[in-house]
Amino acid sequence: MSVRALEALKNRFGDVVVETHSDWGDDTAVVKAESWKEVCRFLRDDPSMAFDMPVDLCAVDFPERSPRFEIVLHLYSVGKRQRLRLKARVGDAEGDDAAIDSVTDVWVGVNWYERETYDLMGIQFKGHPDLRRILMYPEFEGHPLRKDYPANKTQPLVPYRTEEEAGLTLDKQAPFGIDEGMPFGRRTFDERDN
Amino acid sequence: MEPIDLDLEESELELPSEPMHLNMGPSHPAMHGTVRIVLELSGETIVKSDVQIGYLHRGFEKMCERGTWTQVFPYVDRLNYVSPMLNNVGYALAVEKMCDIQVPDRCQWYRMILGELARISDHLTCNGAMAMELGAFTPFLWYIKAREMVWDILEEETGARLTHSFGRIGGMASPPTPALKEMCRTAIPAILKLVEEGEGMLLKNRIFIDRLEGIGNISQKDAIALSWTGPCLRSTGVPYDVRKAHPYLKYDEVDFDVPVGTSGDNMDRFLVRLGELRQSARIILQACDRMPDDGPVNVDDPRVILPAKGDVYTTIEATIQHFKLVMEGAKVPKGECYSYTEGGNGELGFYLVSDGTGTPWRVRIRPPCFPITQGLSDLINGGMLSDIVPTFGSLNMIGGECDH
Amino acid sequence: MGELKSPGAAAEGTSKITIEGGASGTSGFATTKLDALLAWARKWSLFKYPFVTACCGMEFMALTSPRFDGSARFGAEAPRFSPRQSDLLWVVGTISQRQAPVLKRIYEQMMEPKWVLAFGTCASCGGFYDNYTTVPGIDKIIPCDVYVPGCPPRPEAVLDGLILLQDKITKNATGDRRPGIVKPREDPIRDLVKLRRKDKEDNA
Repeated sequence: MSVRALEALKNRFGDVVVETHSDWGDDTAVVKAESWKEVCRFLRDDPSMAFDMPVDLCAVDFPERSPRFEIVLHLYSVGKRQRLRLKARVGDAEGDDAAIDSVTDVWVGVNWYERETYDLMGIQFKGHPDLRRILMYPEFEGHPLRKDYPANKTQPLVPYRTEEEAGLTLDKQAPFGIDEGMPFGRRTFDERDN
Repeated sequence: MEPIDLDLEESELELPSEPMHLNMGPSHPAMHGTVRIVLELSGETIVKSDVQIGYLHRGFEKMCERGTWTQVFPYVDRLNYVSPMLNNVGYALAVEKMCDIQVPDRCQWYRMILGELARISDHLTCNGAMAMELGAFTPFLWYIKAREMVWDILEEETGARLTHSFGRIGGMASPPTPALKEMCRTAIPAILKLVEEGEGMLLKNRIFIDRLEGIGNISQKDAIALSWTGPCLRSTGVPYDVRKAHPYLKYDEVDFDVPVGTSGDNMDRFLVRLGELRQSARIILQACDRMPDDGPVNVDDPRVILPAKGDVYTTIEATIQHFKLVMEGAKVPKGECYSYTEGGNGELGFYLVSDGTGTPWRVRIRPPCFPITQGLSDLINGGMLSDIVPTFGSLNMIGGECDH
Repeated sequence: MGELKSPGAAAEGTSKITIEGGASGTSGFATTKLDALLAWARKWSLFKYPFVTACCGMEFMALTSPRFDGSARFGAEAPRFSPRQSDLLWVVGTISQRQAPVLKRIYEQMMEPKWVLAFGTCASCGGFYDNYTTVPGIDKIIPCDVYVPGCPPRPEAVLDGLILLQDKITKNATGDRRPGIVKPREDPIRDLVKLRRKDKEDNA
C-alpha cells in the first residue's frame, strides 16, 4: 500500500537506502545506520509521509551475520493509514559496539521501546535521555534476548533456600499417589487406596 | 531550637520542605498488576514520577525461540490473560500471513465470535476492577458475574476457563459445538442487562464521576506520538480501530460502530470500553446469524494441519506426517512479517522472523499496554496522589503483556 | 450437642473440642486443649494477603466473586493489604527474579503463625517458564504450605487447597511444614503409580 513511500524514500535519499522489499505486503526499507535519525525525521515531517505513530521498535539478533543486529522500526500514519518498516543493521560479531542514534526526539513514544531494546539486546541508543534497564533488574548482567545468552541461566537476587533449610526436598518430582507425604488431608473415598 | 536568621527576606521564611519520595508497588492493593511507581511529592501533588515495569517479565520472546511455531500458543495465551482468545487469534493470523493461508469462512466467523467474547470479558474486568479500586465493590461483583457467563461459553467451546490455547495454525483446535449459537444468544442479553445495572450504579454516583471526569487528560497528538492504540486512543477522539481501518477476518462484513470519546480523560476511557462492549455483543449476534453450521474449520493444507486421528493410527503416511508436524513443527517460509489485530487494549502486533525451519527465529510481540503504560507518567504528573488509582485503572495495564 | 469435630480430625486426641451440657444451652461448658482451640479459631479466620501478580489473578477474582464465593465460606474472606495484619499469604501468579526480594520481604514482615498458599503452577514450580527470569517455585524463596497446581487452577481446586490448609492448621499447629498438594480426587495416574509403589505394598 505504501510502495509510494518506498519510492519517495529512494528518490530522496538515494544510496542511504540499502535495500527494499515488500514481502507479504509489508513495505520494508533498510537504511544505513548513520542516517537513521535523518530518515526518521523525514518520514515524520514530510507531508506525503506523515508517519506520526511509532508502532514498534525492536531488534533481531543474527549471530552469523556481519552487522549482527537488525533494528526494526514499524511506523504507521494515522491520517494516511499507511505502514512502513524501517530497518538498520549495526554491531560486530561480539555485539559490544552496537549503537545507533536515538529517535526519542522525533517520536516520544519510542522511549521505552529503546530502553527495552537496550535491556534485552544490548544496543546503545546515542542521545537517549534515560537509557537504563526496563524489564530486567539493574544487577542483571548480559542481555537475555541475544542468541548466545542461555535461556535458563538465572541470576537470582535472593539466594535460594537449600534443602537443609527447608527440611524437605525442593526438586520438582510430583509426589505419587493420593496425599502421599501429607500427614493431614482429606479422606480418600476410594477403598482401593486404603 | 535553632534561631531564625532575621536577615532573611520574608519570602524565605517558609519552612524548608524537601520533596517527599513515595514508593507505590510493586504489590499494591489498588493496582491489579505489578507495577512500581516512584513518586516525588510536594504535599499531595505529584511533582515527578517514575513508572517501573518488568516485575512480571517472563521471557516470552526467549521461550518462543525454543519450541515449534505451534508451541507458542500457550505462551501467547498468558500475555494478555484477560482476553487470551484475542491473542490466540492474532498470533494464528500472523503465522497464516507468512504461510499464505486463508482459513475457511466458518473458522473466520468462529474466531470472530470467540474473540469478541474475549473482548467483552476484557472490558468487563477492566471496568469492574477500576470501580472496585475506587471503592465501588458491587459493580465489580456484577461484572464478574457477567464475565462468568462469558467464560462458561468459552469453557464449553475450548475446555478451559481462562487459558484456552485454542488457536492453531490454519484453524482451530476443534470445530464449534452445536450449542454455540444458542449459548451466545442466551448469554448476550443477560450480560448486557448486568452491564446496564452496573453502569447505572456507577454513572449516577457523584463520587465516581468526580474522580473520573477531567482527570488524566491526554490530547490526540500526544496519544498518537506515544503510540497509544485501542480504547485509550479512541477516548481522545481518534477513530482508529484496526477492525475498521484494516479489516481482517470478516470484520468488513459486519455492522458495528467505533465508539470514541472527546477529551481523553478517565471517564472517556471508561465509557469507550462500555460502548465497545455493546458493539462486541452486536458483532457476536451478527456472526451467529451468518456462521455456517457445517463445513470445514481447518484449512486443507498438510503443511500445517495434523492429519485425522483415524488415519494416523491406520496409515503410515499420516503417521509420518503427524510425527514430522509434531516433532519438527510446521515449516514457515523464510522471511519476516508484521501482522496486527485489534487486541483488548489496542493494536496487538506480532513481528515474526522465520529462517525457514519449524522453530521461530524471533517472535516479537507489540504489546498494546507497553506504550500505554509509558504514558502513565505524563498523565499523573501534576495531579493528586489519589488520582493515580483511577488513572491507572482506566489504562488497563496487563502485566503479562506489558512486561512480555 | 455432642462433639464438634473438624472434618479431617479423625485420629484420637489430636484436636477435639467437646461441648457438654444440655441441648437447650442453659448450662453448657466446653473442654479442649488450648492449642487445639487456637488452631480451630485460626483456621476459620484466616486473614489473607493477596500477592497477585499474573494470570491467576483472574481466577482469584472469580474465586471471590458471587458464583464461587470461595474464601468467604471458609472464613478467609477479608483481605488485609498490610502483611502485618495477615496470616495467610496467597502467592497468585508467576514470581520473577525481580519480584523475589519483594516477596521475601513481605513474608518476613508477616507475624507468626503464618501460612503460604501457592496459587497456580507458576508459583508452585515455575510452570513452563523455565528461563532466565522466573523463579522456579516460591519454595525456593519462602516456605510454602499448600500447592494448588493448575494454569490457572479452577476455583474448586483452590477451595480444596484452602480446606487442605485448614486441616493442616488443626493437625500440625506446631512446626511441621510438610506441604500439601491439591490433586484430583480421581487420580488419573493411579494405575501407573501402582507399579512404582510395589515395594511399599510388599511391606504392607
